Amino acid sequence: MASIGKITGVNGNLIRVEFSGPVIQNEVAYAALSSGVKLKCEVIRIRGDYAELQVFEDTTGLKAGDPVEFTGELLSVELGPGLLTQVFDGLQNPLPRLAEESGFFLERGKYLQALDREKKWSFTPKAKSGDKLTAGETLGVVPEGIFEHRIMLPFKLRGVYTVESVVPAGDYSVEETIAVVLDADGQKIPVQMLQTWPVKLPIKHYAERLKPTEPMVTQQRIVDTFFPVARGGTYCIPGPFGAGKTVLQQLTSRYADVDIVILAACGERAGEVVETLVEFPELHDPRTGKSLMERTLIIANTSSMPVAAREASVYTGVTLAEYYRQMGLNVLLLADSTSRWAQALREMSGRLEEIPGEEAFPAYLESVIASFYERGGVVRLKDGSVGSVTIGGTVSPAGGNFEEPVTQATLKVVGAFHGLSRERSDQRRFPAINPMDSWTKYEGIIPSEKVQIAHQILSMGVDVNQMMKVVGEEGTSMDDFITYLKSEYLDAVYLQQDAYHDIDAASSSERQKYLFDKIYEILMTSLSFKNKEEARSFFLKLTQITKDWNRVEFESSEFKELEAQVFKSVLEVSIHA
Amino acid sequence: MHKVYHRIERITGSVITVKAEGVSYQELAQVKSPRGVSLARVIRIDKDMVDLQVFEGARGVSTDSQVRFIGKPMEIPFSESLLGRVFTGSGEPRDNGPRIEENPVEIGGPSVNPSKRIVPRNMVRTGIPMIDVFNTLVVSQKLPIFSIAGEPYNQLLARIALQAEVDVIVLGGMGLKYDDYLYLRDFLEENGALSRSVMFVHTASDPIVESLLVPDVSLAVAEKFATEGKNVLVLLTDMTNFADAMKEIAITMEQIPSNRGYPGDLYSQLASRYEKAVDFDTAGSITILAVTTMPGDDVTHPVPDNTGYITEGQFYLRKGRIEPFGSLSRLKQQVNGDTRSDHRTIMNTMIQLYASFKETLEKESMGFRMSAWDQKLLKYGVRFEKEMMDLTVNISLEKALDLGWQILADYFEPEETGIPTKMIQEYWPKKEG
Repeated sequence: MASIGKITGVNGNLIRVEFSGPVIQNEVAYAALSSGVKLKCEVIRIRGDYAELQVFEDTTGLKAGDPVEFTGELLSVELGPGLLTQVFDGLQNPLPRLAEESGFFLERGKYLQALDREKKWSFTPKAKSGDKLTAGETLGVVPEGIFEHRIMLPFKLRGVYTVESVVPAGDYSVEETIAVVLDADGQKIPVQMLQTWPVKLPIKHYAERLKPTEPMVTQQRIVDTFFPVARGGTYCIPGPFGAGKTVLQQLTSRYADVDIVILAACGERAGEVVETLVEFPELHDPRTGKSLMERTLIIANTSSMPVAAREASVYTGVTLAEYYRQMGLNVLLLADSTSRWAQALREMSGRLEEIPGEEAFPAYLESVIASFYERGGVVRLKDGSVGSVTIGGTVSPAGGNFEEPVTQATLKVVGAFHGLSRERSDQRRFPAINPMDSWTKYEGIIPSEKVQIAHQILSMGVDVNQMMKVVGEEGTSMDDFITYLKSEYLDAVYLQQDAYHDIDAASSSERQKYLFDKIYEILMTSLSFKNKEEARSFFLKLTQITKDWNRVEFESSEFKELEAQVFKSVLEVSIHA
Repeated sequence: MHKVYHRIERITGSVITVKAEGVSYQELAQVKSPRGVSLARVIRIDKDMVDLQVFEGARGVSTDSQVRFIGKPMEIPFSESLLGRVFTGSGEPRDNGPRIEENPVEIGGPSVNPSKRIVPRNMVRTGIPMIDVFNTLVVSQKLPIFSIAGEPYNQLLARIALQAEVDVIVLGGMGLKYDDYLYLRDFLEENGALSRSVMFVHTASDPIVESLLVPDVSLAVAEKFATEGKNVLVLLTDMTNFADAMKEIAITMEQIPSNRGYPGDLYSQLASRYEKAVDFDTAGSITILAVTTMPGDDVTHPVPDNTGYITEGQFYLRKGRIEPFGSLSRLKQQVNGDTRSDHRTIMNTMIQLYASFKETLEKESMGFRMSAWDQKLLKYGVRFEKEMMDLTVNISLEKALDLGWQILADYFEPEETGIPTKMIQEYWPKKEG
C-alpha cells in the first residue's frame, strides 16, 4: 500500500511533504496541482515525519496542502525491444510522440510510456521448459533493427527459476506473457518482454568483470594513437567553451567502433541535439551500411528543461547502456556534459541547505561521480559472451580552469583524459586535445614505445618554442630548430584532422598504423639544411603535401603518388649514413 | 475570494514574509503600502510562512501593509497593440499610453520540445560586414555581445534592430542608463522601426526585482509572436545586470553562493532564457542577441563564462569594432555555403591576411625592417579596418564581398592570396584600362 502525504513547503523545485505510512528513499511520487495535473518527483531526504522531494517539473502553482501520492517504486526505466532509434527526455518520455500530443512545448505533467505497447516483435524462444535460469539469462530473442535483442529473465528476480513454459515462435507485443517460470516455492511468475529497472542501481547480472584491454577505435588519430580508450573504459573531455567538445563527441558517436551509441545530452544546447536528430538518419554506418540512427539512442535533456530531470538523464543513459551490454554488445555512452549534472546536484544541495564543499558543490560530489563512471566496464556474461559499456563524459569547467572540483573528481576515476585547450582551438588545431596535458591508462593500436618517442618530440618541440620566444630564432641551434619543426609537422599532419573533410574526418586503424609508421620514419631521419629559412620552407612544403596525402582515399593511386612525393622530398635533405 | 493579509512578519531587502494559507508557488500578490501599490510574487513557501519578492522593492513597506493574493502566476498581456509601445519589467506602460490587458500569456513557460525544432538555415542580414561576411548571424541563433562598459554596444544593437530583416523586434533593457533608454527609443522611433518593436525597459534607477522580469516578459511576448508565424529578434541589454540582480536576491534569501557570490543555478537560469531561441518547424522563429558586459574585460568571469557555454558563439566588441578573432558564429557554416560561392573564400582569405597584418604590426613596433610584403600588408590592414571593420559601414553582403575582392586586388597579386585559381578567374577584378 503506497503512502500519501501533503505539501508543507515549496522552494524552487524542492518540495517538503508531510507523510503517513512508509516512504522509501529515492521513491517516485506525484504531487497534484489543483488543476489535477500530477508532477513527478523523487524522494531525496527523509526527516522524521516529513520528506523532501525534488520535482522533475516547474513547480509554479503548487501550494501548501496539495496532496502527494507515493508510488513505492524507485525511479525506473522501461527495458525491452524498441528502445533504439528513439529520442527520450531525461525521464524516458519519447519526445517525438510528446510533440504529436502536445505540440511545440513540453507540457507539464505529461508522461508517456517509453515503449510502444502495440508493436509486435517476432519472438524466437531459446529456453525450454525445465531449464533452470537466473536473472539476466536468455529466454528468447527478437530482431531489433540490426541486432538480436535478447529477452532475458527479469533482472529483479532473485535466485534460480525453473522455466515452466515458453511461447512458441511468433509475433508478440511487449506486454504479452512470453514465458512462465517457477520460483523455489513453485510460485508461477509470468514474464513479459518489458521489464523495469531502477536507474540509480547498476545492473550486475554477469559472471565477472574483466579488465578493459581492447582499444575502441574512434578514427581520430590523436585519440587512437596517443590517448586511446579501451572498450569498457572511461574517459573524460574537459575544455573551455568553444574548444570543440561537442564536435569531438559528435564525430566519436559517428565513427566509434562499437555496436550501440547512447547520447545523453545533459543540460546542453537543444540545437546540437537537433543536428544529430536530422543528420544521423541520413548518415550510413560504414560497418553495417544501415543508417547510423539504427544503432543510436538519444536522451535529450536540454539546458532549458527542469534541472532535476538533468540528473536523471545520465542515469537513464547508463542504465539503458547496461541493458544492451547484457546482450553481449559493445555500448558507448557519451554524456555531454557531466558538469551540468554536477551543477544540478549543487542546486539541490543548496536548497536542502547542506553544508557546501568546494565552490558550493556538495561534499558527496566525488563519490557520486565515481560511482557513475564505475558503471562502465567489460563483463563476461553468464553465457560466456562479452559485452561492454564505455563511458565518455565531457566536462565544462568554469573559466576553462581544470582545477575546479568537477574536473578533479572526474580525473580521479577515469582511465583517459582528453584535455582540450583554448590555445589550440584558437589556432584552429582540431581536435584541440592538448597533447601535453592529456593522458591515458589504456593500450592503443600503435606500439607504445614508438608513441612515447613521438610524444617526446612533441614535448621537446614545445620546449624549443618556449626558448625561441626568449632568445629568438637566431639564438636557437639548428638541431633544436629542426626538432621544433618536426614536432610542428607531426602536430599538423597527424594530431590534427579536418572534421569537415569527407576523408580526413575519419582515419581507420589500418590507415593510422600505416601513416604513423611513415611519419615516424620521417621523424627519425636526420635532416640537413643550409639555413633556418630553408628548413622552414621545406617543412611548410612537406606539411602541405602530407596534408593532401591525408585527404585522398587510402591506398588509391593518388595516395601512392603523394606518398612517393613525400618521401622524395625527404630524401633530398636527409643525411646519408 | 482572494484573501487579504495585514500582517507582514519579516522584511529583508526586497523580500517580505507573510503568514498566509492556500497560497501557490509563483503566485502574484498586490502589496499596498503607504507608498503605493506594488506587485509581488511568491518565491518560497514554508508551512504557512510565505516569502514574496516585491517588484518595486520593500522600501516603504510597513508591517501592516496589505497583501492581497491574486491567485495566478505572473502573466503578460499579448496582442498586436503591444507593437510600438514601451513597458516596465512588470508590464506597466512607460510611455503614457493605455494599459493593455487582453489575452494574458504566462511568462517563463515550458521549454520547446527538441523534436519540434529544425536545423537553422536562414541568415539574418544586418548590413554590417563584420557580421554578414565574417560571422553570419543565423535565424534562431542565440548570441551574446561580449563587451566592456563604455563600448557602443547599445548603438550596435540599435543598428542591428533597424536593419535586420525580421517581423518583430522585442527589446529588453536591464539596468539601462536612462540616457541609453532614451537613445534606443528615439533611434528606433526616428528610423521608423518603433512600429514593429516592443520595448520592456528597466532602468538603473528602477527597483531591482523588475530587472529580473525583463528577459522573461520579453521572451514570453517573442514566443507568442513566433508561434503565430512571425520572425522575432530579441535584443537584451545587459545580461550581466540581470545576473547581478539574481545575485542580489539570492544573497538576500541567504542562499549559499557558488562562484563570486552568484547563485549555484546561474547556468540554468541563463540557459532557460537563451534556450528560448528557436526555429519552429511550422511557425516563426526567435533570434536572441544579448549584450553581456564583462567586468574587468575578463571572459572567465562567471557571467560571460556561463553564457559562452550556452550560446552559439559570441561577438567581441572592443574599441568600437567587432573583433574578428575571438568572435565566432557557430552556426555560420549552416548558411554561408548558400549565399554566394565566394563567401567562404573571402571570409577566410581576408581574415588570414588581417592576421598577417597584425603580426607585421608587431614586427614593426619592435623595429624590424619592413619588406615589400610587409608594406602591402600594412596598407591592406588599414584599409580593411576602415572599410570593413568600422561599425559605421553599412552595405549589403553582396556589396561587401565585391568590396573585399576590390581591396584584395588593390594590394595583392592573385597568387599571393592563396585563393584557388577557379575563384580568381571568376571573381578577381579586372585591371581597368
